Amino acid sequence: MFEISPTEWTAILLSLRVAVVATLVATPFGIALAWLLARRDFWGKSLLDAAVHLPLVLPPVVTGYLLLLTFGKRGLVGGWLADHLGIVFAFRWTGAALACGVMSFPLLVRPIRLSIEAVDRRLEQAAETLGAAPWRVFATVTLPLALPGVLAGMVLGFAKAIGEFGATITFVSNIPGETQTISSAIYSLIQTPDGDAAAVRLVIISVVLAVGALVAAEVFARRATARLHGQ
Amino acid sequence: MLRVDITKQLGDFSLTASFTSEGRVTGLFGASGSGKTSLINTIAGLLRPDRGSIVIDGETVDDTAAGIHVPTWRRRIGYVFQDARLFPHLDIRQNLDYGRRMNGLTEDPAQHKRVVDLLDIGALLDRRPGKLSGGERQRVALGRALLSKPRLLLLDEPLGALDESRKLEILPYLVRLRDEAGVPMVYVSHDAAELRQLATQIVMLRRGQVTAFGGVKVLTAGG
Repeated sequence: MFEISPTEWTAILLSLRVAVVATLVATPFGIALAWLLARRDFWGKSLLDAAVHLPLVLPPVVTGYLLLLTFGKRGLVGGWLADHLGIVFAFRWTGAALACGVMSFPLLVRPIRLSIEAVDRRLEQAAETLGAAPWRVFATVTLPLALPGVLAGMVLGFAKAIGEFGATITFVSNIPGETQTISSAIYSLIQTPDGDAAAVRLVIISVVLAVGALVAAEVFARRATARLHGQ
Repeated sequence: MLRVDITKQLGDFSLTASFTSEGRVTGLFGASGSGKTSLINTIAGLLRPDRGSIVIDGETVDDTAAGIHVPTWRRRIGYVFQDARLFPHLDIRQNLDYGRRMNGLTEDPAQHKRVVDLLDIGALLDRRPGKLSGGERQRVALGRALLSKPRLLLLDEPLGALDESRKLEILPYLVRLRDEAGVPMVYVSHDAAELRQLATQIVMLRRGQVTAFGGVKVLTAGG
Protein backbone atom coordinates (compact mmCIF):
# COMPACT_ATOMS: atom_id res chain seq x y z
CA MET A 1 0.00 0.00 0.00
CA PHE A 2 2.72 2.52 0.93
CA GLU A 3 4.81 2.31 -2.22
CA ILE A 4 5.25 5.91 -3.36
CA SER A 5 5.38 6.13 -7.15
CA PRO A 6 7.79 8.44 -9.06
CA THR A 7 4.90 10.71 -10.10
CA GLU A 8 3.88 11.08 -6.47
CA TRP A 9 7.47 11.82 -5.44
CA THR A 10 7.66 14.47 -8.12
CA ALA A 11 4.54 16.12 -6.75
CA ILE A 12 5.81 15.94 -3.15
CA LEU A 13 9.22 17.41 -3.98
CA LEU A 14 7.65 20.10 -6.13
CA SER A 15 5.29 21.06 -3.33
CA LEU A 16 8.18 21.34 -0.90
CA ARG A 17 10.22 23.41 -3.33
CA VAL A 18 7.30 25.71 -4.11
CA ALA A 19 6.45 26.20 -0.44
CA VAL A 20 10.06 26.78 0.66
CA VAL A 21 10.75 29.32 -2.09
CA ALA A 22 7.40 31.06 -1.53
CA THR A 23 8.06 31.35 2.22
CA LEU A 24 11.67 32.49 1.92
CA VAL A 25 10.91 35.14 -0.69
CA ALA A 26 7.78 36.37 1.08
CA THR A 27 9.37 36.65 4.55
CA PRO A 28 11.44 39.85 4.03
CA PHE A 29 8.43 41.55 2.47
CA GLY A 30 6.28 40.23 5.28
CA ILE A 31 8.63 41.62 7.94
CA ALA A 32 8.82 45.03 6.23
CA LEU A 33 5.06 45.23 5.90
CA ALA A 34 4.44 43.98 9.43
CA TRP A 35 6.78 46.68 10.76
CA LEU A 36 5.02 49.37 8.74
CA LEU A 37 1.63 48.29 10.01
CA ALA A 38 2.82 47.91 13.60
CA ARG A 39 4.96 51.01 14.02
CA ARG A 40 4.06 53.66 11.48
CA ASP A 41 1.06 55.83 10.82
CA PHE A 42 0.54 56.90 7.25
CA TRP A 43 -2.18 57.76 4.81
CA GLY A 44 -3.86 54.64 3.39
CA LYS A 45 -2.73 52.35 6.20
CA SER A 46 -6.12 50.65 6.61
CA LEU A 47 -6.29 50.26 2.85
CA LEU A 48 -2.93 48.51 2.81
CA ASP A 49 -3.97 46.37 5.76
CA ALA A 50 -7.11 45.34 3.87
CA ALA A 51 -5.13 44.59 0.70
CA VAL A 52 -2.80 42.27 2.64
CA HIS A 53 -5.78 40.34 3.99
CA LEU A 54 -7.58 40.19 0.65
CA PRO A 55 -6.28 36.73 -0.38
CA LEU A 56 -7.71 35.37 2.85
CA VAL A 57 -11.28 36.40 1.99
CA LEU A 58 -11.35 36.38 -1.81
CA PRO A 59 -12.27 33.10 -3.51
CA PRO A 60 -8.86 31.53 -4.37
CA VAL A 61 -9.95 31.16 -7.97
CA VAL A 62 -10.39 34.94 -8.15
CA THR A 63 -6.89 35.53 -6.75
CA GLY A 64 -5.52 32.99 -9.24
CA TYR A 65 -7.28 34.67 -12.13
CA LEU A 66 -6.07 38.10 -11.05
CA LEU A 67 -2.52 36.70 -10.93
CA LEU A 68 -3.00 35.31 -14.42
CA LEU A 69 -4.18 38.70 -15.68
CA THR A 70 -1.27 40.50 -14.00
CA PHE A 71 1.61 38.04 -14.20
CA GLY A 72 0.55 35.98 -17.24
CA LYS A 73 2.62 36.22 -20.41
CA ARG A 74 0.40 39.02 -21.68
CA GLY A 75 -0.20 40.49 -18.29
CA LEU A 76 0.98 43.99 -17.48
CA VAL A 77 3.71 42.95 -15.05
CA GLY A 78 4.28 39.44 -16.45
CA GLY A 79 4.93 40.73 -19.97
CA TRP A 80 7.45 43.28 -18.75
CA LEU A 81 9.26 40.76 -16.53
CA ALA A 82 9.46 38.24 -19.37
CA ASP A 83 10.75 40.82 -21.88
CA HIS A 84 13.24 42.58 -19.62
CA LEU A 85 14.35 40.10 -16.98
CA GLY A 86 13.47 36.78 -18.58
CA ILE A 87 11.34 35.82 -15.59
CA VAL A 88 8.29 33.81 -16.60
CA PHE A 89 5.55 32.84 -14.15
CA ALA A 90 2.84 31.46 -16.41
CA PHE A 91 2.60 27.64 -16.29
CA ARG A 92 5.91 27.37 -14.45
CA TRP A 93 6.70 26.22 -10.94
CA THR A 94 7.79 29.80 -10.20
CA GLY A 95 4.19 30.82 -10.89
CA ALA A 96 3.03 28.21 -8.39
CA ALA A 97 5.44 29.70 -5.84
CA LEU A 98 4.09 33.19 -6.56
CA ALA A 99 0.50 32.03 -6.12
CA CYS A 100 1.38 30.22 -2.88
CA GLY A 101 3.33 33.24 -1.63
CA VAL A 102 0.41 35.58 -2.24
CA MET A 103 -2.14 33.22 -0.73
CA SER A 104 -0.08 32.59 2.40
CA PHE A 105 1.00 36.22 2.85
CA PRO A 106 -1.76 37.25 5.30
CA LEU A 107 -0.95 34.26 7.52
CA LEU A 108 2.74 35.13 7.38
CA VAL A 109 2.30 38.83 8.20
CA ARG A 110 -0.15 38.59 11.07
CA PRO A 111 2.00 36.86 13.73
CA ILE A 112 5.00 39.01 12.79
CA ARG A 113 2.96 42.17 13.16
CA LEU A 114 1.58 41.08 16.52
CA SER A 115 5.03 40.22 17.84
CA ILE A 116 6.49 43.54 16.67
CA GLU A 117 3.62 45.35 18.37
CA ALA A 118 4.44 43.44 21.55
CA VAL A 119 8.08 44.61 21.61
CA ASP A 120 8.54 47.11 24.43
CA ARG A 121 9.12 50.48 22.81
CA ARG A 122 11.02 51.63 25.88
CA LEU A 123 13.75 49.16 24.92
CA GLU A 124 13.88 50.69 21.45
CA GLN A 125 14.19 54.09 23.13
CA ALA A 126 17.04 52.82 25.29
CA ALA A 127 18.84 51.56 22.18
CA GLU A 128 18.42 54.99 20.60
CA THR A 129 19.99 56.73 23.60
CA LEU A 130 22.96 54.35 23.21
CA GLY A 131 23.60 55.64 19.72
CA ALA A 132 21.70 53.18 17.53
CA ALA A 133 20.29 54.60 14.30
CA PRO A 134 16.64 53.64 13.62
CA TRP A 135 17.47 50.76 11.26
CA ARG A 136 19.97 49.38 13.76
CA VAL A 137 17.40 49.63 16.54
CA PHE A 138 15.23 47.47 14.33
CA ALA A 139 17.98 44.97 13.49
CA THR A 140 19.42 44.61 16.99
CA VAL A 141 16.40 45.02 19.26
CA THR A 142 13.02 44.88 17.52
CA LEU A 143 13.66 41.99 15.16
CA PRO A 144 15.43 39.66 17.65
CA LEU A 145 12.69 40.27 20.20
CA ALA A 146 10.02 39.61 17.57
CA LEU A 147 11.74 36.43 16.38
CA PRO A 148 9.21 33.96 17.82
CA GLY A 149 6.50 35.71 15.81
CA VAL A 150 8.63 35.71 12.67
CA LEU A 151 9.19 31.96 12.96
CA ALA A 152 5.53 31.33 13.72
CA GLY A 153 4.56 33.38 10.67
CA MET A 154 7.01 31.51 8.46
CA VAL A 155 5.75 28.11 9.56
CA LEU A 156 2.11 29.11 9.17
CA GLY A 157 2.85 30.57 5.74
CA PHE A 158 4.74 27.44 4.77
CA ALA A 159 1.88 25.19 5.85
CA LYS A 160 -0.59 27.29 3.90
CA ALA A 161 1.69 27.37 0.85
CA ILE A 162 2.14 23.62 0.78
CA GLY A 163 -1.61 23.03 0.77
CA GLU A 164 -2.62 25.86 -1.57
CA PHE A 165 -4.82 24.69 -4.42
CA GLY A 166 -7.34 27.08 -5.92
CA ALA A 167 -5.16 30.01 -6.90
CA THR A 168 -2.31 27.77 -8.06
CA ILE A 169 -4.37 25.60 -10.38
CA THR A 170 -6.12 28.66 -11.82
CA PHE A 171 -2.88 30.54 -12.44
CA VAL A 172 -0.46 27.82 -13.55
CA SER A 173 -2.74 24.85 -14.25
CA ASN A 174 -1.90 21.26 -13.28
CA ILE A 175 1.13 20.10 -15.24
CA PRO A 176 2.89 17.01 -13.83
CA GLY A 177 6.53 17.78 -13.06
CA GLU A 178 6.11 21.53 -13.49
CA THR A 179 3.11 22.83 -11.57
CA GLN A 180 1.45 19.69 -10.18
CA THR A 181 1.74 20.03 -6.42
CA ILE A 182 0.46 17.51 -3.88
CA SER A 183 -2.94 19.20 -3.83
CA SER A 184 -3.42 19.23 -7.59
CA ALA A 185 -2.09 15.66 -7.82
CA ILE A 186 -4.71 14.55 -5.30
CA TYR A 187 -7.34 16.41 -7.30
CA SER A 188 -6.30 14.59 -10.51
CA LEU A 189 -6.10 11.20 -8.77
CA ILE A 190 -9.57 11.49 -7.30
CA GLN A 191 -10.94 11.97 -10.80
CA THR A 192 -9.01 8.98 -12.19
CA PRO A 193 -10.41 5.44 -11.86
CA ASP A 194 -8.19 3.39 -9.49
CA GLY A 195 -6.52 6.58 -8.26
CA ASP A 196 -7.82 6.20 -4.71
CA ALA A 197 -4.84 4.38 -3.21
CA ALA A 198 -2.39 6.96 -4.54
CA ALA A 199 -4.67 9.79 -3.41
CA VAL A 200 -4.80 8.36 0.10
CA ARG A 201 -1.01 8.12 0.21
CA LEU A 202 -0.68 11.79 -0.73
CA VAL A 203 -3.38 12.72 1.77
CA ILE A 204 -1.42 10.98 4.53
CA ILE A 205 1.74 12.80 3.46
CA SER A 206 -0.06 16.16 3.53
CA VAL A 207 -1.31 15.46 7.01
CA VAL A 208 2.19 14.50 8.17
CA LEU A 209 3.70 17.65 6.64
CA ALA A 210 1.02 19.87 8.17
CA VAL A 211 1.33 18.35 11.64
CA GLY A 212 5.11 18.47 11.35
CA ALA A 213 4.97 22.17 10.52
CA LEU A 214 2.76 22.90 13.53
CA VAL A 215 5.02 20.97 15.87
CA ALA A 216 8.07 22.76 14.45
CA ALA A 217 6.34 26.11 14.99
CA GLU A 218 5.66 25.24 18.60
CA VAL A 219 9.25 24.10 19.22
CA PHE A 220 10.72 27.21 17.56
CA ALA A 221 8.44 29.49 19.52
CA ARG A 222 9.30 27.85 22.85
CA ARG A 223 13.03 27.94 22.23
CA ALA A 224 12.94 31.54 21.08
CA THR A 225 10.83 32.61 24.04
CA ALA A 226 13.17 30.88 26.45
CA ARG A 227 16.15 32.54 24.81
CA LEU A 228 14.54 35.97 25.00
CA HIS A 229 13.48 35.85 28.60
CA GLY A 230 16.76 35.03 30.24
CA GLN A 231 16.81 31.27 29.61
CA MET B 1 28.36 72.53 30.07
CA LEU B 2 24.63 72.30 29.54
CA ARG B 3 22.45 75.18 28.44
CA VAL B 4 18.70 74.76 28.28
CA ASP B 5 16.13 77.33 27.28
CA ILE B 6 12.93 75.71 26.11
CA THR B 7 9.17 75.63 26.25
CA LYS B 8 7.13 72.53 25.57
CA GLN B 9 3.38 72.01 25.67
CA LEU B 10 2.22 68.49 26.57
CA GLY B 11 -1.56 68.40 26.63
CA ASP B 12 -2.66 70.68 29.48
CA PHE B 13 0.82 70.75 30.92
CA SER B 14 3.25 73.41 29.92
CA LEU B 15 6.98 73.16 30.61
CA THR B 16 9.25 76.19 30.63
CA ALA B 17 12.87 75.82 31.65
CA SER B 18 15.87 78.05 31.28
CA PHE B 19 19.18 77.45 33.00
CA THR B 20 22.89 77.01 32.35
CA SER B 21 24.78 74.49 34.38
CA GLU B 22 28.53 74.05 34.63
CA GLY B 23 28.15 71.59 37.46
CA ARG B 24 29.38 68.05 37.47
CA VAL B 25 25.99 66.85 38.64
CA THR B 26 22.96 68.96 37.88
CA GLY B 27 20.06 67.83 40.04
CA LEU B 28 16.56 68.27 38.68
CA PHE B 29 14.42 68.38 41.76
CA GLY B 30 10.65 68.42 42.04
CA ALA B 31 7.53 66.48 43.00
CA SER B 32 6.04 64.00 40.55
CA GLY B 33 4.23 65.90 37.83
CA SER B 34 6.61 68.84 38.05
CA GLY B 35 8.00 68.13 34.58
CA LYS B 36 11.37 66.61 35.52
CA THR B 37 11.07 63.61 33.21
CA SER B 38 9.73 65.70 30.33
CA LEU B 39 12.67 68.04 30.75
CA ILE B 40 15.27 65.27 30.78
CA ASN B 41 13.57 63.59 27.79
CA THR B 42 13.78 66.87 25.92
CA ILE B 43 17.50 67.08 26.71
CA ALA B 44 17.81 63.49 25.43
CA GLY B 45 16.02 64.40 22.21
CA LEU B 46 13.16 61.98 22.87
CA LEU B 47 10.87 65.03 23.01
CA ARG B 48 11.17 67.97 20.68
CA PRO B 49 10.82 71.45 22.22
CA ASP B 50 8.15 73.78 20.82
CA ARG B 51 10.48 76.71 21.19
CA GLY B 52 14.02 77.31 22.32
CA SER B 53 17.42 75.69 22.30
CA ILE B 54 19.57 73.13 24.04
CA VAL B 55 23.37 73.18 23.97
CA ILE B 56 25.37 70.20 25.20
CA ASP B 57 29.13 70.55 25.55
CA GLY B 58 29.22 73.40 23.04
CA GLU B 59 27.09 71.66 20.42
CA THR B 60 23.63 72.98 19.68
CA VAL B 61 21.40 69.91 19.64
CA ASP B 62 18.12 71.79 19.54
CA ASP B 63 17.38 75.20 18.14
CA THR B 64 13.84 75.71 16.94
CA ALA B 65 14.66 79.07 15.36
CA ALA B 66 17.37 77.50 13.21
CA GLY B 67 15.38 74.31 12.62
CA ILE B 68 17.98 72.17 14.40
CA HIS B 69 16.92 68.93 16.08
CA VAL B 70 19.69 66.38 16.42
CA PRO B 71 18.11 62.92 16.80
CA THR B 72 18.69 61.11 20.10
CA TRP B 73 21.03 58.52 18.63
CA ARG B 74 23.43 61.22 17.40
CA ARG B 75 23.53 63.22 20.65
CA ARG B 76 26.22 61.11 22.31
CA ILE B 77 24.39 61.04 25.60
CA GLY B 78 23.94 58.24 28.07
CA TYR B 79 20.56 57.68 29.68
CA VAL B 80 19.85 55.59 32.76
CA PHE B 81 16.13 54.98 33.14
CA GLN B 82 14.29 54.24 36.34
CA ASP B 83 13.46 50.77 34.98
CA ALA B 84 17.01 49.86 33.77
CA ARG B 85 15.71 48.69 30.35
CA LEU B 86 18.43 46.12 29.77
CA PHE B 87 18.02 44.13 26.56
CA PRO B 88 16.52 40.79 27.62
CA HIS B 89 17.87 38.89 24.59
CA LEU B 90 21.50 39.86 25.29
CA ASP B 91 23.69 38.80 28.19
CA ILE B 92 25.28 41.40 30.46
CA ARG B 93 28.53 41.51 28.51
CA GLN B 94 26.64 42.21 25.28
CA ASN B 95 24.44 44.77 27.00
CA LEU B 96 27.54 46.61 28.21
CA ASP B 97 29.10 46.47 24.76
CA TYR B 98 25.99 47.67 22.92
CA GLY B 99 26.70 51.42 22.96
CA ARG B 100 30.29 50.95 21.85
CA ARG B 101 29.18 48.86 18.87
CA MET B 102 26.41 51.27 17.88
CA ASN B 103 28.73 54.27 18.05
CA GLY B 104 31.43 52.47 16.08
CA LEU B 105 34.00 53.01 18.83
CA THR B 106 37.09 50.82 18.99
CA GLU B 107 37.35 48.38 21.86
CA ASP B 108 38.84 49.86 25.00
CA PRO B 109 39.61 47.02 27.45
CA ALA B 110 41.09 49.42 30.01
CA GLN B 111 37.96 51.57 30.11
CA HIS B 112 35.80 48.42 30.16
CA LYS B 113 37.70 47.10 33.16
CA ARG B 114 37.53 50.45 34.93
CA VAL B 115 33.76 50.67 34.57
CA VAL B 116 33.20 47.02 35.47
CA ASP B 117 35.35 47.43 38.60
CA LEU B 118 33.81 50.76 39.53
CA LEU B 119 30.34 49.25 39.49
CA ASP B 120 31.34 45.83 40.76
CA ILE B 121 29.60 43.93 37.99
CA GLY B 122 32.41 41.58 36.95
CA ALA B 123 30.61 38.53 38.33
CA LEU B 124 27.48 39.25 36.29
CA LEU B 125 28.97 39.40 32.80
CA ASP B 126 27.74 36.04 31.55
CA ARG B 127 24.27 36.27 33.06
CA ARG B 128 21.00 37.35 31.52
CA PRO B 129 19.15 40.47 32.75
CA GLY B 130 16.24 38.26 33.83
CA LYS B 131 18.45 36.66 36.49
CA LEU B 132 19.58 39.93 38.10
CA SER B 133 18.24 41.75 41.15
CA GLY B 134 16.90 45.28 40.77
CA GLY B 135 20.07 46.82 42.16
CA GLU B 136 22.32 44.75 39.92
CA ARG B 137 20.27 45.69 36.89
CA GLN B 138 20.60 49.36 37.71
CA ARG B 139 24.38 49.05 38.08
CA VAL B 140 24.61 47.33 34.70
CA ALA B 141 22.43 50.07 33.18
CA LEU B 142 24.88 52.65 34.56
CA GLY B 143 27.80 50.73 33.08
CA ARG B 144 26.09 50.34 29.74
CA ALA B 145 25.44 54.08 29.51
CA LEU B 146 29.01 54.95 30.57
CA LEU B 147 30.65 52.58 28.10
CA SER B 148 29.01 54.35 25.15
CA LYS B 149 31.37 57.21 26.14
CA PRO B 150 28.70 59.88 26.47
CA ARG B 151 29.52 63.55 26.93
CA LEU B 152 26.51 63.90 29.21
CA LEU B 153 24.91 61.26 31.41
CA LEU B 154 21.19 61.57 32.10
CA LEU B 155 19.73 59.72 35.06
CA ASP B 156 15.98 59.64 35.59
CA GLU B 157 15.32 58.57 39.18
CA PRO B 158 17.72 55.66 38.87
CA LEU B 159 16.97 54.64 42.46
CA GLY B 160 13.23 55.23 42.19
CA ALA B 161 12.27 51.58 41.70
CA LEU B 162 14.49 50.28 44.53
CA ASP B 163 13.69 49.82 48.21
CA GLU B 164 15.63 51.71 50.91
CA SER B 165 18.35 49.12 51.46
CA ARG B 166 18.98 48.79 47.72
CA LYS B 167 19.18 52.55 47.40
CA LEU B 168 21.89 52.62 50.03
CA GLU B 169 23.65 49.88 48.07
CA ILE B 170 23.72 51.91 44.83
CA LEU B 171 24.32 55.40 46.20
CA PRO B 172 28.04 54.90 46.89
CA TYR B 173 28.51 53.77 43.28
CA LEU B 174 26.90 56.96 42.05
CA VAL B 175 29.20 59.04 44.26
CA ARG B 176 32.20 57.18 42.85
CA LEU B 177 30.87 57.69 39.37
CA ARG B 178 30.60 61.43 39.96
CA ASP B 179 34.13 61.63 41.36
CA GLU B 180 35.90 59.22 39.03
CA ALA B 181 34.12 58.88 35.70
CA GLY B 182 34.55 62.49 34.62
CA VAL B 183 31.23 62.66 32.78
CA PRO B 184 28.84 65.50 33.65
CA MET B 185 25.47 64.25 34.82
CA VAL B 186 21.87 65.41 34.99
CA TYR B 187 20.21 63.66 37.89
CA VAL B 188 16.43 63.65 38.29
CA SER B 189 15.01 62.98 41.73
CA HIS B 190 12.20 63.91 44.08
CA ASP B 191 14.38 62.94 47.04
CA ALA B 192 16.18 65.93 48.53
CA ALA B 193 18.48 63.76 50.65
CA GLU B 194 19.67 61.88 47.58
CA LEU B 195 20.44 65.09 45.73
CA ARG B 196 22.24 66.60 48.71
CA GLN B 197 24.69 63.71 48.51
CA LEU B 198 25.15 63.77 44.77
CA ALA B 199 24.35 67.06 43.12
CA THR B 200 26.58 70.08 42.75
CA GLN B 201 23.85 72.28 41.28
CA ILE B 202 20.11 72.18 41.65
CA VAL B 203 17.31 73.10 39.26
CA MET B 204 14.08 73.14 41.21
CA LEU B 205 10.92 72.52 39.21
CA ARG B 206 7.34 73.13 40.15
CA ARG B 207 4.39 72.62 37.81
CA GLY B 208 6.59 72.94 34.76
CA GLN B 209 8.41 76.09 35.89
CA VAL B 210 11.90 76.55 37.29
CA THR B 211 11.37 78.01 40.77
CA ALA B 212 14.95 78.02 41.98
CA PHE B 213 18.44 77.45 40.63
CA GLY B 214 21.73 77.30 42.45
CA GLY B 215 23.87 75.25 44.80
CA VAL B 216 22.63 72.39 46.95
CA LYS B 217 21.50 74.86 49.60
CA VAL B 218 18.43 75.80 47.55
CA LEU B 219 17.05 72.41 48.59
CA THR B 220 16.70 73.51 52.22
CA ALA B 221 15.27 76.87 51.22
CA GLY B 222 12.45 75.52 49.08
CA GLY B 223 11.96 72.14 50.75
